[in-house]
Amino acid sequence: MNTSQNTTEKRFQRIPMREQDPSERSGNFNEVPFGYSEEEAVAEAQRCLKCKKPLCVQGCPVNVKIPEFIGLIAEGKFAEAAQKLKETNALPAICGRVCPQEEQCESKCILGKKGDPVAVGNLERFAADWERQHGEVTIPKKKLPNGKKVAVIGSGPAGLTCAGELVKDGFDVTIFEALHEPGGVLVYGIPEFRLPKQIVRQEINYLEKLGVRIEKNFIVGKTATIDDLLNEEGFCAVFVGSGAGLPSFMNIKGENLIGVYSANEYLTRSNLMKAFQNNAHTPIMKGKRVVTVGGGNVAMDSARTALRLGAEKSMIVYRRSETEMPARKAEVHHAKEEGIEFHLLCNPVEIEGNEDGFVQNIKCIKMELGEPDNSGRRSPKPVAGSEFDLDCDVVIIAIGNKPNPLIPSSTPQLKVSKWGTIEADESNGKTSMKKVYAGGDIVTGAATVILAMGAGKIAAKSIIEEL
Amino acid sequence: MAKIIRKEKLSELVWRFRLDAPRIARKRKAGQFIILRPSNDTERIPLTIANADEAQGWIEIIFQVVGRTTLILSELSEGESVLDLAGPLGKPTHVEKFGKCLCIGGGVGVAPLYPIVCALKNAGNEITTIIGSRTKELLILHDEMLEKSDRVLVTTDDGSMGAKGFVSDVFNDLQNRGEHFDTAFVIGPVIMMKVTTSLTVKAGITTYASLNPIMIDGTGMCGGCRVTVGGKTRFACVDGPEFDASGIDWDEMIKRLNSYRAFESKAQKSHVCKMEGVR
Ligand SMILES: Cc1cc2nc3c(=O)[nH]c(=O)nc-3n(C[C@H](O)[C@H](O)[C@H](O)COP(=O)(O)OP(=O)(O)OC[C@H]3O[C@@H](n4cnc5c(N)ncnc54)[C@H](O)[C@@H]3O)c2cc1C
Ligand SMILES: Cc1cc2nc3c(=O)[nH]c(=O)nc-3n(C[C@H](O)[C@H](O)[C@H](O)COP(=O)(O)OP(=O)(O)OC[C@H]3O[C@@H](n4cnc5c(N)ncnc54)[C@H](O)[C@@H]3O)c2cc1C
Ligand code: SF4
Ligand code: SF4
Ligand code: FES
Repeated sequence: MNTSQNTTEKRFQRIPMREQDPSERSGNFNEVPFGYSEEEAVAEAQRCLKCKKPLCVQGCPVNVKIPEFIGLIAEGKFAEAAQKLKETNALPAICGRVCPQEEQCESKCILGKKGDPVAVGNLERFAADWERQHGEVTIPKKKLPNGKKVAVIGSGPAGLTCAGELVKDGFDVTIFEALHEPGGVLVYGIPEFRLPKQIVRQEINYLEKLGVRIEKNFIVGKTATIDDLLNEEGFCAVFVGSGAGLPSFMNIKGENLIGVYSANEYLTRSNLMKAFQNNAHTPIMKGKRVVTVGGGNVAMDSARTALRLGAEKSMIVYRRSETEMPARKAEVHHAKEEGIEFHLLCNPVEIEGNEDGFVQNIKCIKMELGEPDNSGRRSPKPVAGSEFDLDCDVVIIAIGNKPNPLIPSSTPQLKVSKWGTIEADESNGKTSMKKVYAGGDIVTGAATVILAMGAGKIAAKSIIEEL
Repeated sequence: MAKIIRKEKLSELVWRFRLDAPRIARKRKAGQFIILRPSNDTERIPLTIANADEAQGWIEIIFQVVGRTTLILSELSEGESVLDLAGPLGKPTHVEKFGKCLCIGGGVGVAPLYPIVCALKNAGNEITTIIGSRTKELLILHDEMLEKSDRVLVTTDDGSMGAKGFVSDVFNDLQNRGEHFDTAFVIGPVIMMKVTTSLTVKAGITTYASLNPIMIDGTGMCGGCRVTVGGKTRFACVDGPEFDASGIDWDEMIKRLNSYRAFESKAQKSHVCKMEGVR
């Protein structure tokens, strides 16, 4: 039996989640962590102190009822736990996998002061997966149809959440999506090994079952404008959740050589167009030596995808140090385990190619960190004369995404900031234009799944109140 | 899903499809294109809207079979549907009363030229159209062009119809005869556009070319379609596809179009001619 000494130690030790072995997984696209077994989940859940004033909840942007759902898992009531989660978070299977928990809920957990914080994300994922796998997803009570039509632009987490809230309240909701597959970044950006597409598909099926209509291949601003939707097609309100899908480039020499991709293009080819499957028909350059520029989740996803597509060497070039990397810690850790090579504190200055225009190498310069700037981050400065070359045949630029100007430029009445984001009141999603609401990356710039979902929900609430 | 309401063979490799697409028919303007995916497991490919009828709710595409996707598309029958159809995409052609316009099309490029000719005509321009192909059987839209242009000059590589030679030769002739034009539109295989626009630009004619780089989303999301124009990187799907030809970096564009040549030749089910072959 456990001594009490042993029990307190256990209290501070997280039940690890089993994962595919790094050497094996770097050659396949299957999900990396396997998920908890029921026993593991219960054991992890029992670590939670069910705090009276749970700090973890304050760390979650949508204030998931963390002690409550974890308590239900501890009692073995898994379906109820999933229900509890869904009271505040419509997509727990997704958030459990992709939220930067170490900066949010888990960063605040009281147990983190003395040991490992409770694995809130892992437990969230467990409950949602359990519900799905046991076919116990219940359709919530829906209000009677109120006959009011709302248009939702974009089927990323912001749009999906907004649509879900509205349809439950009796609205007639249509999502308009530019691509041929709904899900936004969840399907075209985040790779299979981190977020299996089947999970996203099921969440979308669920919304469709609730009555949400999805019109794919519909580019608002082109196929129809927001004005058309409001004035000619009978929509009483529009929610814009069109994301931040415009890739940034570095504007250095050689950026248009063959083999230089934006992360968006590279990941879209692999994920949405299925180039990662062996029999795929969409081409992608399977580089032998691949350099990814950037330090966020997008960069990690690109570098790890390159590895899985067969790169002998997959490298990351990032201009600051590891502490400043915006990527989730878990992903940086996974990338390292898989053998991704990190070139920190260096920045590309030029990409060089052969006479047919194919990439041959990337010239970088070493950087050093200066004094902290306004944002508190120490800004990097080049070290004179420290240039060096990295041989490579593919370069992936993952230095950030800006909002796509398609909607703002076709809707002149919409106020836009100097960064190209739509100006919206964060407390209710209202924009400068009557009946038009916005949220997610199109308002905040590239951010996180959970913040986009939160914004979708806030806007839905204010639409429900207004109409 | 968009139903194929009419399917027509224009030449050995070129097809005209009429698609049921009321929304696109309503919004489209000359110079715009659509992106389609014939079926699951095919690529998204851009094709120009060659014609449209708003009242009847259809658009037409004219395409040449050059690779796997266009081959699969050509195998669909009347009454069947293309799985995905999105548009209209790209900036419309800038149309005004320029005066004397020169419209030059090569090979299947004659198809995207047609709506531009129509729009220019409607705006009251005087239009000289030069169209060319490898051989007589491959020449498309000759009658349609005759109807909308003030004059049509034809050229074939082998001389089987019209003058023998390239469209650029015909332009040289016109210039030698002292003819002047205010604006030119050039669409065709990249080499043809490179050669022809260098002549028209040198002759002092404001020239627009419609670029056809490899595209994926067509909405500005991937940057795969980037081209260099006037020293700046532009996304052809949203900033174009038409650009002032005097600043286009043709050599970069030609190289980028060859990005996947090795992959594509493997993907082709049977032998089909390359687009460059038809002029
Ligand atoms: C590779 C990658 C990895 C990421 N990893 C993480 C992570 O681990 N954790 C995390 O929290 N966040 C992550 N993010 C960020 C996160 O995915 C985004 O913040 C989030 O998806 C934003 O949601 P959204 O609904 O605002 O927009 P999006 O998910 O971008 O969805 C917008 C949708 O709108 C559609 N659209 C755009 N314009 C139009 C139009 N004119 N008409 C119709 N439809 C249109 C788009 O096609 C798209 O489907 C990652 C992002 C990327 C790119
Ligand atoms: C804005 C735009 C409008 C277009 N309009 C038309 C049109 O009206 N009619 C038409 O027939 N074609 C048009 N094209 C070209 C058409 O998109 C390509 O022929 C098509 O994508 C080839 O697909 P595939 O899978 O059949 O061939 P692939 O197997 O992809 O390629 C076969 C061969 O074609 C070349 N190729 C690939 N992509 C392109 C491309 N985008 N342009 C030129 N060559 C290419 C390849 O280098 C290869 O040699 C247009 C392209 C753009 C960008
Ligand atoms: S939604 Fe994200 S931040 Fe909130 S509890 Fe779940 S994992 Fe934590
Ligand atoms: S802070 Fe930690 S221990 Fe307390 S309720 Fe939240 S998860 Fe449980
Ligand atoms: S095709 Fe993707 S940005 Fe133009």
